[in-house]
Amino acid sequence: MPLSPKLGPEALAANLAELHPALTTQEAVIEANRCLFCFDAPCIKACPTGIDIPSFIKKIANGNPTGAARAILSANILGASCARVCPTSELCEGACVVLDLEGDPVKIGLLQRHATDHVHEHHLQVLKKPSAHTNRRIAVIGGGPAGLGCAAELAQLGHQAVVFEKKPNAGGLNTYGIAYYKMKPQVSLEEVELVKSLGVEFRCGVEVGRDVSLAQLEQEFDAVFLGLGLGAGTRLGIPGEQLPGVIDAIDFIEQIHAEPLHQVPVGERVAVIGCGNTAIDAVTQAKRLGAQTVLAIYRRGEDDMSAYDFEYELAKNDGGQFLFHAVPLEILAGKDGRVTGLRLARTQVNAAGKVGIIPGTEFVEPFDMVIKAVGQEKQAALLKKLLPKLELDKRGAVKYDFATGRTNLPKIFAGGDCANGGREVVNAVAEGKRAARGIHAFLSGHEVTGPVQPSRLGAKNGAAGSGFDHPIRVKELEEEFGKP
Amino acid sequence: MADLSINLAGIKSPNPFWVASGPPSNTAYQAHRAFEAGWGGVVWKTIGEPIVNVSSRYSAMNLGGVRMAGFNNIELISDRSPETNFREIAEVKKRWPNHAVIASLMVDTRERWHEFVKWSADVGADGVELNFGCPHGMCERGMGSAVGQQPAVTERIVSWAMEAATIPVIVKLTPNITDITYAARAAKSAGANAISLINTINSITQVNLDNLVPEPFVAGFSTHGGYCGPAVKPIALNMVQSCADDPEVQLPISGIGGISNWRDAAEFIALGSTSVQVCTAIMHYGFRIVEDMVEGLNDYLDSKGFTNVAQLRGLAVPTLKKWESLDLHYQRIARINYDKCIGCNLCYIACEDGAHQCIDLVDPNGYGLGPGRVPGKPIPKVRENDCVGCNLCSLVCPVDNCITMTSIETGKPRMSWTDYQAKMARGEMMPIPPHP
Ligand SMILES: Cc1cc2nc3c(=O)[nH]c(=O)nc-3n(C[C@H](O)[C@H](O)[C@H](O)COP(=O)(O)O)c2cc1C
Ligand code: SF4
Ligand code: SF4
Ligand code: SF4
Repeated sequence: MPLSPKLGPEALAANLAELHPALTTQEAVIEANRCLFCFDAPCIKACPTGIDIPSFIKKIANGNPTGAARAILSANILGASCARVCPTSELCEGACVVLDLEGDPVKIGLLQRHATDHVHEHHLQVLKKPSAHTNRRIAVIGGGPAGLGCAAELAQLGHQAVVFEKKPNAGGLNTYGIAYYKMKPQVSLEEVELVKSLGVEFRCGVEVGRDVSLAQLEQEFDAVFLGLGLGAGTRLGIPGEQLPGVIDAIDFIEQIHAEPLHQVPVGERVAVIGCGNTAIDAVTQAKRLGAQTVLAIYRRGEDDMSAYDFEYELAKNDGGQFLFHAVPLEILAGKDGRVTGLRLARTQVNAAGKVGIIPGTEFVEPFDMVIKAVGQEKQAALLKKLLPKLELDKRGAVKYDFATGRTNLPKIFAGGDCANGGREVVNAVAEGKRAARGIHAFLSGHEVTGPVQPSRLGAKNGAAGSGFDHPIRVKELEEEFGKP
Repeated sequence: MADLSINLAGIKSPNPFWVASGPPSNTAYQAHRAFEAGWGGVVWKTIGEPIVNVSSRYSAMNLGGVRMAGFNNIELISDRSPETNFREIAEVKKRWPNHAVIASLMVDTRERWHEFVKWSADVGADGVELNFGCPHGMCERGMGSAVGQQPAVTERIVSWAMEAATIPVIVKLTPNITDITYAARAAKSAGANAISLINTINSITQVNLDNLVPEPFVAGFSTHGGYCGPAVKPIALNMVQSCADDPEVQLPISGIGGISNWRDAAEFIALGSTSVQVCTAIMHYGFRIVEDMVEGLNDYLDSKGFTNVAQLRGLAVPTLKKWESLDLHYQRIARINYDKCIGCNLCYIACEDGAHQCIDLVDPNGYGLGPGRVPGKPIPKVRENDCVGCNLCSLVCPVDNCITMTSIETGKPRMSWTDYQAKMARGEMMPIPPHP
């Protein structure tokens, strides 16, 4: 039997409604009043885009949500989606001093959503188009968070940005790949409109390398930004991977966005291979679409999972199950060629940290759907084809300068997942923005820093705090300062 | 358990907590509820010729999510007839013989004052309070603050009341005056038995930015209202202490203004009040708040080893001195406890922009944990030599006991401004150089 939808539209709408309801105006003001209005606030430093968090929160407390949204969007054009998808407990809220004071940080994400929702709902244009134009044209390849961050900043610096996006809509993973209960695609599409309103041109449905060559773009444009994101899901490399009923997590989540919920097929017994954040998103969504049993299978132990704790908790609360120290060897099929289960084996981690199969531990579990979530391929092959001279790192990601997005090729800049190897949406926006400034410096010879944020005026390196700090708990910072 | 009972100029009450004259003391029903809840006395809503009120009547100042940090009203005195009010006072007194019921009065002529004071005594009130305070409406008719603002008029009217008084007379003073002790002295010289203060302060709490009319809104207009509630407490304490300390006043005091809990009450008592009166806090939360006032004050007195509330009365009055007698050589400095510091840097920016530029943001190494979750984040450090000990940083710090203002030994003898001037006049010292 082919897979079928399991629940009706009403049940699905309830199951996949936004996880955290929006704050009412009064709730927002009460929450905003918890903020201490820190000087040189740690939360700003923990935000990869350097939003002036105390300033925007103060504006909410003072009954000026429009100004709050202006403060947010001027630092992070995707403020509305970041408010929903950022792992805030790892970023701004993780650094909030009220966490130390009360054990519970200021709900920065929800406040950011309150402000950005306010301007979307009332159709307020808070960002100004630049008055002067430079007549410089930049091709932005990829309309995801990095591309949008770059294009919006370029437009605000007076340049003409043209975004090339192969999908019918821009927004990238924000439009197609965020767990449905975290954010509706509509929010992302509104952000694309916002970027458009700054004067950015979008060419959707155009694939660079197929519909237009990169050489052509290099000729036609003064600079090119690579914001391609990551490639297709990584293959498991086991028999049965091509069977109907086996799907990649990214494609599964995209289906939920592309089709009416009650037409999205899901299995009765679903196996999810992998335990990263995407895997966990797949577990939770499969459960909420009506699967009876969803089992995530991971070759290492619970402590090795890369998923955030709060995502893991959510999946468990939804009834998701977890099988650690096991690995699939084969996807089994019945006579009709449909998935019937997995042949699995137990694993152990050796002293060198390598995972090995324990001989003689093979077993079979019945499933009718298998979701693969073991990561996404780097874009090495595509990049090689597009720009043979572009330098890539060992992993197959673009080698780039973190501060300016420069690559080894003079006109080519890069940022986001194709360069950093796969991080959060907010990192991609920040890198896009930084690259835009790198491009601006390249084209005009003028460095742009800041703007100096009012809450950091007078601080050491005050200007540098604006979108150029490292988030906490990241490698770069730990290397410099040691673990927190 | 300390003895909370008081005797204010002959008015006895099981505890010092009285319901102030206002909406909560409008009816016998409310007085019964107040006494049941534990209040020691009720000052009846001011009785006079019945008036007519407007709608709406109240407004407030909210502060960072806290409602009614300040409160104002444009209500007048009782809108019920004197007959009704006095009949109800008699009923209440019959049921609560050991509690204090005080009739607040406001009339115009000498005859009317005589009549109302006598009436109060006849129905069994324990005392009368002369309302010379109301800052709106009544003053336009030559009553309320119009009386209280002119010491000579105060004196005259108090003397009228005294002519007829057989029960203690309290004079309620208005704060809408430059120096309240003048009004208090006038009350004293006319023979008043006690004073109560403060009544409400002239105010506009807010302008509605949609229609640009202040609140409370009355058909397109508003009027100056009387301000009270927590925000007025510092002003009230200042006036209470001034009267308590004035050698010419020396009258028992009923303290009023912004009292919401036992701590506020204890402060009023320490500054010389015998009883305390509460209006806004009751309007906000109801009579039940007295429960913790009684318990809290009791526990506090016990913890201090006082056996009755009178032992606390006035203890803080003599510690207020004229500025010129304070020690110029005393020095405090700010010390930060890095184990408590959460790294908000409010102390830094307050001192930098708002005080004396003597806190630096420095490398955190060596200062303990503190704001450690953001590695490398600078932390505040006081340059003790430059700290003038203004207290500002310790006031803005959100963490209790994180910044301590510590007294330090300067090795210099006590020297007040007066001493300093005298020494210079005698040629014993050079002028202190001005701050750079
Ligand atoms: C609505 C309202 C009406 C009041 N009416 C009277 C009154 O009739 N007579 C009077 O002496 N004081 C009146 N007051 C003043 C209170 O008795 C008291 O002096 C003042 O509110 C300060 O105390 P609080 O801060 O506890 O409210 C009134 C106050 C309010 C808020
Ligand atoms: S750290 Fe927390 S309290 Fe401080 S400014 Fe940021 S949100 Fe506000
Ligand atoms: S007490 Fe005043 S002068 Fe001293 S550090 Fe604090 S704010 Fe600065
Ligand atoms: S105000 Fe207090 S908590 Fe904040 S940085 Fe200063 S000492 Fe630390």
